[in-house]
Amino acid sequence: MATSPILQLDKVSKSYGDTFAIRNVSLNVDQGQLVCLLGPSGCGKTTLLRIIAGLETLDSGTISFGGEDLHGIAPHSRGFGLMFQDLALFPHMDVFGNVGFGLRMQGMSGDKVRARVDEMLELVDLGNYRNRKVHELSGGERQRVALARSLAPAPKLLMLDEPLGSLDRVLRESLQVQVRSILKEIGVTAIYVTHDKDEAFALADTIVFVNGGEIVQSGPPEALFRAPATEMVARSLGLRNIIEGTIVGAFDAIEIASSVGTVFTAGSLPGGISVGDGVLVIINERGISVAPVRHEWAEAEAGVKLSGIVSDRKFRGGESEIHMMVGQSELVSIIPTVDAQTGVAPGDEVSVLVPAEAVTLLPRAQA
Amino acid sequence: MTASRLLVVGPILFIAVFFLYPLVAILAKSFGGGAVGLGPFQVLLGDSYYLGRIWFTIWQAAFSTFLTLVLGLPVAYLFARHEFPGKSLLKALTTLPFIMPTIVVAMGFVALLGSGGLVNTGLSGLFGDNAPEVRIANTLTIIFMAHAFYNYSIVVRIVSAYWANLSPQFEESAAMLGAGRVQTFLRVTLPLLLPAIWSSAILVYIFSFTSFGVVLILGGSQFATMEVAIYELTVKLFRLDIAGALAIVQIVFTYIFLLVYTRIQARSAVPVTLVHREAISSRKRSVRDTLFVIGIIAGLLVVLSPLLALVERAISVNDGYSLTHFVALFSNDSGSYFYLSPLHVIWNSIRFAFLSMVIAMLVGTAAAYVIVRPGKRSNILDSLFMLPLVVSAVTLGFGFLVAFNRPPIDLRGSWLILVIAHSLVAYPFVIRTLLPVLRGMPPHLKESAALLGASPMRIFIHIELPLIARALVVGATFAFAVSMGEFGASLLLVRPEFTTIPVAIFRLLGQPGEANLGQALAMSTLLMAVVALGFVSIERFRYRDIGGF
Repeated sequence: MATSPILQLDKVSKSYGDTFAIRNVSLNVDQGQLVCLLGPSGCGKTTLLRIIAGLETLDSGTISFGGEDLHGIAPHSRGFGLMFQDLALFPHMDVFGNVGFGLRMQGMSGDKVRARVDEMLELVDLGNYRNRKVHELSGGERQRVALARSLAPAPKLLMLDEPLGSLDRVLRESLQVQVRSILKEIGVTAIYVTHDKDEAFALADTIVFVNGGEIVQSGPPEALFRAPATEMVARSLGLRNIIEGTIVGAFDAIEIASSVGTVFTAGSLPGGISVGDGVLVIINERGISVAPVRHEWAEAEAGVKLSGIVSDRKFRGGESEIHMMVGQSELVSIIPTVDAQTGVAPGDEVSVLVPAEAVTLLPRAQA
Repeated sequence: MTASRLLVVGPILFIAVFFLYPLVAILAKSFGGGAVGLGPFQVLLGDSYYLGRIWFTIWQAAFSTFLTLVLGLPVAYLFARHEFPGKSLLKALTTLPFIMPTIVVAMGFVALLGSGGLVNTGLSGLFGDNAPEVRIANTLTIIFMAHAFYNYSIVVRIVSAYWANLSPQFEESAAMLGAGRVQTFLRVTLPLLLPAIWSSAILVYIFSFTSFGVVLILGGSQFATMEVAIYELTVKLFRLDIAGALAIVQIVFTYIFLLVYTRIQARSAVPVTLVHREAISSRKRSVRDTLFVIGIIAGLLVVLSPLLALVERAISVNDGYSLTHFVALFSNDSGSYFYLSPLHVIWNSIRFAFLSMVIAMLVGTAAAYVIVRPGKRSNILDSLFMLPLVVSAVTLGFGFLVAFNRPPIDLRGSWLILVIAHSLVAYPFVIRTLLPVLRGMPPHLKESAALLGASPMRIFIHIELPLIARALVVGATFAFAVSMGEFGASLLLVRPEFTTIPVAIFRLLGQPGEANLGQALAMSTLLMAVVALGFVSIERFRYRDIGGF
């Protein structure tokens, strides 16, 4: 039996002057869930976070936490935590002072503060950093101190606003793992803002995709990746091979006339789309195979065979990309570099196998 | 001698001859001139009057500073954290008192609170003969008020610039960690602001400590500061040795304050993330905020009232308003006490100010270039060049009197002595406006230009000059205004035929009669207008590129 969500946003809107920062956003977050707000910069995700925190007022709609309406409750009385992008560690205090700040605000006694700070610093692997000055810390250490500071008062909801944004890639990836395991260990409900899809994939239980102040799609990372709701989401999640097409038939499989030729996909037509409609077709770049033009495809290798001309080959380490013109569009295929050795070179004519599983339909964006 | 040599030697030579040499002359005088001994110091420290002056100077400056902070901090908050229509105008108005010559400030208070001032005539107009009278002329109260009025824009400038750039995320973080408004202010905002508050407080203290014109005109002799005492010893009592000793004591004090200042700055230099002002979104204002803002704006207007009163008094005559006093300035009235016509006085001020500006620009620009040259000595040079800012104007004038009254340099009777004194007081301002721009110049800019084939001269004309032009204009305006308003040194050095506006105002005040007071008020108004005009025209530049002073 599903419990009711702990955080509920109902039709929340916020505008600055004439422009909507947040438009009609409704969102439910379950207890202990880690939600990532993903979207391009300036899409409103930070504003949404600040509204939940109480740092911005909302124009309309309601936000409730644990069934209690948050309207009129000051940020410091909400019992939430927020980790800012630039961390905002207090420069005039040492690590202990920073991590213990929220505890002292709760009126906790000195001994208890010390014990709790030590516990938090252990949690983020900074056991003996208590008396360090903030400016002596490295980038990654600052991030962890800020996390410990946010977690120390045991917030009912923790919000993180691109907390790893300023770090280099290697450090960011190792901290992503650490952050997720810490948050899961504590079991805190968390909302994490990022514009990096890989970060969202690595962290989230649920991804909420935000664009133009609105929620475009939300769901588990895999579901989003498998069936993006719009071209924008698809491209943001790193999908390529998005081409135009028209539905020409829907019997056993759906038949689409696309700019690369006729392709098929399994299943039934999505709601709102009927035969004759224009659609967008996503062809999974790992789902298709490429072979020299005279290649005899095996019987088991079912799918449409298209022909194309290789325009480029890009070495990407363990994998290689093959770019080719098929029909009027360019398709990309990603294959293991080992296979690419024997394969094809720019200018070669190739045969492309497009199985039905590799094809996904997207409603075309409304004009 | 190469050009770059000249760049270094020029300003250093100027400082050595016209600043360090007079200081040495004072030192020599204070040790009894010739016979080595501590005579004058013994006299000084054995005399309860002078000990009293020293003690008075110390505590009045402390209280003035306290009052200035109380007045300045709320305004700093207003400018740092609120957007409202008319903000830039209000900002410019706030700066007005600080750039005003001391004599104008003093006259403003005379016009507002003196026995014939706006407040008292207003009260008697309202209540007739039984009107209560505000009697604070020649009291400590009016000195404190004038010091706070004069200096609060230092606090506003320094603190609000720092505050505005302080990321609001510190405060928001505190709120998210459960701190209420008061807790956040006491534990986060205030500690973060402390370096800026200390810096401004010590500057205010130094200015109040060496205050001259305000104390001389508003306080009367019973409230003499060390600065006033040095003046009286020199001009009225002719005790140059004791004046010298007192000047040395004062220099030691101000130097100690300056050391404390740099110490505090270095120690409290916590690296704080400062963000661009534009990045700070202004919060939605609550009713309480709005009331607060309105209150502060009203307070600001009250604070500016001395300047308004000055204008009002200058144009008021017995039965209404007229420009009589101004007309009198431009008519060569033989009945005037003056040896010179007021017109001549104005002309003196303008030409001296212009010449001082030129010298200050040359010395200041060269010095700024010397300071930014890479090398370890840059800090030492910086503090050497800034020394004249610490030594009070009266001490400087006194030093000139004892140093340049005989060969090799005999400048008695020459207007040159005034111009040199003015440029010494003015050029540190040129340095301060230029330094940030020179330091902020991208390091590879000149190299790129050189690699593109530009000669050093062409680099200067085509690359550097356009970049520093605005700062030069600001520096020039400062230099001009400082010279126009210079009072302490001028009073000691001026010959009757070279009387400048501030000195003339002071002399007029010393004369009985309605007409003299009226002319003093009119001249003050004129001086205020010239200075204000200069600064209003550059205010636009100052806020955009060159930060607070």
